[in-house]
Amino acid sequence: MTSRSVVPAPRDSPNVLFEYLLRLGDDRLVLGHRLSEWCGHGPILEEDIATSNVALDLLGQATMFLRLAGQLEGKGRDEDALAYFREVVEFRNCQLVELPKGDFAFTIARQFLFDVHAVVLLDALSRGTHVQLAAIAAKSLKEAKYHVRHSGEWMLKLGDGTEESHRRLQRAVDDLWRFTPEIFAADDVDRAMLEAGIAPDLAAVKAQWEALVREVTERATLTLPDDVPRAASARGGRTGAHTEHLGHMLAEMQIIARSHPGATW
Amino acid sequence: MNQDVVAEQTEALAPDSQWPLWEVFTQSEQGAPHEHAGSLHAADAEQALQNARDVYARRGGVISLWVVPASAITASSPGENGPFFDPGADKAYRHPQFYKVPRGVRGV
Repeated sequence: MTSRSVVPAPRDSPNVLFEYLLRLGDDRLVLGHRLSEWCGHGPILEEDIATSNVALDLLGQATMFLRLAGQLEGKGRDEDALAYFREVVEFRNCQLVELPKGDFAFTIARQFLFDVHAVVLLDALSRGTHVQLAAIAAKSLKEAKYHVRHSGEWMLKLGDGTEESHRRLQRAVDDLWRFTPEIFAADDVDRAMLEAGIAPDLAAVKAQWEALVREVTERATLTLPDDVPRAASARGGRTGAHTEHLGHMLAEMQIIARSHPGATW
Repeated sequence: MNQDVVAEQTEALAPDSQWPLWEVFTQSEQGAPHEHAGSLHAADAEQALQNARDVYARRGGVISLWVVPASAITASSPGENGPFFDPGADKAYRHPQFYKVPRGVRGV
């Protein structure tokens, strides 16, 4: 898989909006699946239900983004075809969301970093010029606002909790931090979306994200690591370069659909 | 396995004992009473509200939630049900069935 993850980026994709929708959809599909791995394994029944709920929300959002992507692509692929019959190098999610779920602190830290970004981004997308995308963003924003309330509360509880919970959460933030620049690394697709008035300037999204993340992490008595400079030439999930973990996850996620194509229940 | 290890594992298996119990009340429409929906565990009020939202309100039909620490509720004792509740049952004049409810009155 490592050797396959150097497939060139579809920089001159004929349908830039299709590419952009895949990013939005895949972020949520992959993160939703990772979160669903807690189902039946949550630390306590109530939290098991809460995380599963968020996972279902993310899956629902992915469904909407991927369905629209399939319609715009015009090749007859629906959301299921896109979710279950693409290979790992065709996925456009950022690497942050594909990392294994780790311990509960890792899961919470990742959800929080993603949720804050989702709220800021979806809010801007909901005011964008693409009517259907804006409608999906508006619907998703309501859910994202609850998600960040949930993960934010946990950040405070774990960060400012016991010695062990603080240690675990700090380690999670340290491990995750280097995956955050990718979320805000604008490329040609992002610039085209910005020019079309569909999506916001990622630099502005990052500024808002960072202010909110800093506020909560400080209250949670956590220390944010120093930023790791990201080379302009760095490739990531947006162009199909993934960590080794995504392939394993997709194998599990896709096997039923691939073993029984067209099955319904 | 020595006793300490057993005790440690038992404790790990019973996280229930660590978080307080909360009672959840849901309201289905404006003006309707908040009705008891069930209970759950949470570390504090905000978490209790969030858990209540996920456990009792996620299927819709709820416009307001109350969470109350179960420890704040004083309950009658089941063992005293006889003396506590029976005296009201044999005095028909205490019951309201002799009054006709005017037509058009709702929510009674």
